[in-house]
Amino acid sequence: MRGAHKREERVQPRSWQKPEEHKTKPMSYAIEAQNLTKRFGDFTAVDAISFNVAQGEIFGFLGANGAGKTTAIKMLIGLSRPTEGDASIAGFDVYRETDQIKENIGYMSQKFSLYEDLTIAENIRFYGGIYGLSRKRIKTKTTEIIQELGLEEYVNRLVGDLPLGWKQRLAFAIAGVHDPKIIFLDEPTGGVDPATRRQFWEMIYEAADRGVTIFVTTHYMDEAEYCNRISIMVDGRIEALGSPAELKQQFQTDSMDEVFLKLVRA
Amino acid sequence: MIKIFLAFVRKELFHILRDPRTLAILFGMPVALVLIFGYTVTNEFKDASVAIFNEANDDLSYQLVDHLTASGHLKLVTSVRTTAELEQAFQSNQVKMGIVIPAGFEDDFFRQRKADVQLIADATEPNYATTLTSYARQMIATFQQNQNGTSGVQPYQVSTEIRMFYNPQLEGAYNFVPGTVALILMLICAMMTSLTIAKEKETGTMDLLLVSPLPPIVIILGKVTPYAILSFIDAIIVLFLGYYLFDVPVRGSLVLLLALVLLYLLVALALGVLISTKAPTQQTAMMTSMFALLMPTMLLSGFLFPIASMPSLLQYISKIIPAKYFIQIEQAIMLKAAGWDAVAFPALILFIMLIVLLTAAWRNFQVVYK
Repeated sequence: MRGAHKREERVQPRSWQKPEEHKTKPMSYAIEAQNLTKRFGDFTAVDAISFNVAQGEIFGFLGANGAGKTTAIKMLIGLSRPTEGDASIAGFDVYRETDQIKENIGYMSQKFSLYEDLTIAENIRFYGGIYGLSRKRIKTKTTEIIQELGLEEYVNRLVGDLPLGWKQRLAFAIAGVHDPKIIFLDEPTGGVDPATRRQFWEMIYEAADRGVTIFVTTHYMDEAEYCNRISIMVDGRIEALGSPAELKQQFQTDSMDEVFLKLVRA
Repeated sequence: MIKIFLAFVRKELFHILRDPRTLAILFGMPVALVLIFGYTVTNEFKDASVAIFNEANDDLSYQLVDHLTASGHLKLVTSVRTTAELEQAFQSNQVKMGIVIPAGFEDDFFRQRKADVQLIADATEPNYATTLTSYARQMIATFQQNQNGTSGVQPYQVSTEIRMFYNPQLEGAYNFVPGTVALILMLICAMMTSLTIAKEKETGTMDLLLVSPLPPIVIILGKVTPYAILSFIDAIIVLFLGYYLFDVPVRGSLVLLLALVLLYLLVALALGVLISTKAPTQQTAMMTSMFALLMPTMLLSGFLFPIASMPSLLQYISKIIPAKYFIQIEQAIMLKAAGWDAVAFPALILFIMLIVLLTAAWRNFQVVYK
């Protein structure tokens, strides 16, 4: 099984290090982007962004609407071909090795993306199936996910009947059904209350503790605080990059909201 | 209160005027329907293709042929020398009626004072066949009058015998069963496929599929296969019901028929996939399918209205409608017992359509997801 057995061997930089210190051995990064650019005609949606994400890190990818976050994430997960620049995901090149990348990543889009007319178990079976998991593996995974989320009573209920917060947590669990090394979350918690978001983030932490790298875009500044490091995009460029504490210091304020507003208004 | 009401009406008007699709329905639909019904729901026809089987080859028979074709309503497409040749012309849908003038026509007319003409019509489209034969019968009657002069007495007579080929009882079912199969397949394959793919896009599950290691071709095949199987079963059900309830036979090869059902079904699926690559939502997919597929399939394929009765512009449009060729294939195999050679041409056109549609769908898919 991919990834699953390798976890123990991996370094788990829970206290993350500054990216520059890693440059000597770049293979240890889960995500590397160097001058990554996407142009649509005259319009430059993503303008030469560079950043590295360490394994097991929770990396927040922030930006105003239309700043180019979704375009950037699409290039990283192989849904869109970069115009220029380099990037590698789990050590695989985004131009040439998209197939390997796909096997090593999980993805949860901003639209809640499970099949509402299938039951919980059927959704797990389907997504496990398209990643080529064995029937036995799908069975154990199903039990695991159901137990983890406490959904025992609802296994055979249609996903459409679940409350939104549960759907989102289920979608996250399913994004990790094939034990990917990196999980990309595109605004995963839209439309739910802070308490439910908190529960969702507990799941993210558990995954990160197991060595899974998390790349997450969000609008909520309280969520930004949960990340090990964040980058803030403005008009296609990364204008700030660092831990929440560093950024607050850099912009001489004590809230992420202020950091964000200062950058976006500038 | 009236102010509030007007504010509401104004808002609604903006919705309508800014949505090209709603506008298309509001103004496009009535215009299109009036034109189609006005021009095609008549018993008139122009340039109906006929074959002459002239065994007489005497002066009077030539005069009769001239008389029949002079009006411009009947177009002489081919001359045949045997009944088998006439049947071939029917099978390949080359002609709709054959006019048989027996040997010794002139002699019979002047000596026996009574000559025969036989009209053989392809009755797979019963209404059209009836219109055609009654027109020809009238023309023959005027021919007889011209020969006799206007004196009132008609000593010399031409009697017309009419035969309805393939469908002597003029059963409407012979026409609507093949048409229904064509419509059902288009409905299920094209419309349902475009809807189901658009649904994946709308709900965001498409992104998840594209991020997975599944190759795009597998995603598309996986989506369309169930519809292909189900609609194939549907086609068999309609043929079965047609046979047992309405006595619509399959006189030709069932295997050949089903093979071509499969070809048509693939064309419909390709259309559905093509629409879905362009349509971002189910609503758009639905509207596009309705306008681009269902209405043309019903109105311009020859299912409800004979293509030969349509104005030439609509006849040209009908040439790009897959159902037209498929209905022609069905009628040929089911009713005229035609073999492979008679349906090869429409089958080839469907095949070319399939290749073009698949190429277009594939290119769109690449553009959207790269």
